[in-house]
Amino acid sequence: MKKTLLFSFITVFTLLSRANFNTDTSKYKAETSVIKADADNAGLILPGGFGALKVATGLGEARHITVTLQGDIYVKLSNVYKGKTIYYLHDNNSDGRAEVQTGFGNYTGTGIAVKNGYLYASSDEEVFRYKLNAGNKVINPEKPEKIITGLLSRHQHESKSIALDNEGNIYVNIGAYSNSCQEKDRSKGSMGIMPCPILDSAGGIWKFKADKLNQTYGDGTRYATGLRNVVGLDWNNTTNSLFVMQHGRDGLHDLFPDLYDTKQSAELPAECMYELKQGVNCGWPYIYYDHIQRKKIINPEYGGDGKKTTTENIIDPVAAFPGHMAPNGLLFYTGNMFPEKYKNGAFIAFHGSWNRSPEPQKGYFVAFVPFKDGKPSGDWEIFADNFAGGEAFVSPSKAKHRPCGLAQGPDGSLYISDDSGGTIYRIIYTGK
Amino acid sequence: MKKIVISIFIFCPFAVLAQTNIKPSIERGKTLYETYCLTCHQDDGGGVPKLNPPLIKTSYVSGDKKKLIKWVLQGTTDKIAIDGKFYSNNMAPQDNLKDDEIADVLTYIRNSFGNKGSAVTPAEVKTVRATIK
Repeated sequence: MKKTLLFSFITVFTLLSRANFNTDTSKYKAETSVIKADADNAGLILPGGFGALKVATGLGEARHITVTLQGDIYVKLSNVYKGKTIYYLHDNNSDGRAEVQTGFGNYTGTGIAVKNGYLYASSDEEVFRYKLNAGNKVINPEKPEKIITGLLSRHQHESKSIALDNEGNIYVNIGAYSNSCQEKDRSKGSMGIMPCPILDSAGGIWKFKADKLNQTYGDGTRYATGLRNVVGLDWNNTTNSLFVMQHGRDGLHDLFPDLYDTKQSAELPAECMYELKQGVNCGWPYIYYDHIQRKKIINPEYGGDGKKTTTENIIDPVAAFPGHMAPNGLLFYTGNMFPEKYKNGAFIAFHGSWNRSPEPQKGYFVAFVPFKDGKPSGDWEIFADNFAGGEAFVSPSKAKHRPCGLAQGPDGSLYISDDSGGTIYRIIYTGK
Repeated sequence: MKKIVISIFIFCPFAVLAQTNIKPSIERGKTLYETYCLTCHQDDGGGVPKLNPPLIKTSYVSGDKKKLIKWVLQGTTDKIAIDGKFYSNNMAPQDNLKDDEIADVLTYIRNSFGNKGSAVTPAEVKTVRATIK
């Protein structure tokens, strides 16, 4: 009997050990398995050696995204999807697809970021934070702390994008609720208000503490002014400074047809990248940047004629792009997966234009700008294209996908969110 | 029976006349649309998702003409749902356009992009304009 019992113990123990061994092996295999790109690269056109796959689809208006050290994704939605507005995406079987999609939050918005054990997310008026556990999962999804409240949202340029530095500060875009601070917004011939009254509480980037509750304007600092609207922004750890992408003004021809033809109006003004130090002025609404003349031109609402330049103390952009392409996402790439030329360079998600008519629309792609020593070291180029759907695409309402947010995975993959089709893309490099 | 025949004779030419008369207005409206409306509402009337509302089969375009005329004359900076959806950009007031121009452009959009609606007349624009001045 004793022998039988002993034998049984040994058998069970051996089986258990094998079971453990088998589990460990499969786990090991899963972790080291190579993520494969979709056969059609998820419909995107990419440089050689790159591939793309769809991590998730149908999420709705997927605005900004962030990826944790564990490779999990948080997506902020500007619509309500299955009753929720933030989604946690997890890949259960290491095939690159997020089988687990857990929603929480009931406020729509754009901004999302993970920093120092917290998930930060914004509505169009407020910023919240959620404590994360050691695995970067939200501990209490239904009870976030409100850290910023009462920000202006007058339904134009309303999204509150966020970025955090390494000293406990959070930067929030408060977009101007106007195109060019005219007495009558977007009305032909209406002149600009002098000084522009919007700038005291919008049209810039505000700085708040990342850990203080219920802050509002009085608790924050207007970090930079003269920015019409910023959606894409990122803290650059190489330069230790904030970089932003401004959405330039609309309608130079429609509002001032005697000064600008439709071709000039399609191309101007530049969509600008700025490096922001505390207290700088980027010039809106008084000037715009003309990337063809390479000059800061006085806006026609303020007496400009397309040629007159400013004498005010307004900073120059560090990079300039064709007009109206709507830069909604900015990411400085620090990963090791992509080739060396991409290291520390900037990816920009251009949501795509609507106001270049009768010229063809432009954008609807992710661009790349190489950087060296904290400054652009070459011309911008298209990195990922074909979001809108190729030649069939003729107008914004027909765009299948529109790139909006960018994030970098722990393995160096680049993630792109799409707020038109609700797709999350993952770009990988498989070339040698 | 005679009465019916007479009625047909009397009303038919008017109906035909009304139909033929709408075409020049649509043509003029198209040119005005391209100058004043196309940038935001697009070539296909599809608008821009979340920013500028579409003109395709919406209650604002195909519904109450007075409401539509008022909307175009006054513009809006308010956050208003259009068929349940919100659009961020302001609508600029177009009150610098003449009564017949507003009538033409609205007749055009009410009969384009898959829409089918009755014409808007300069008299109707004039009446609405008088109420908001």
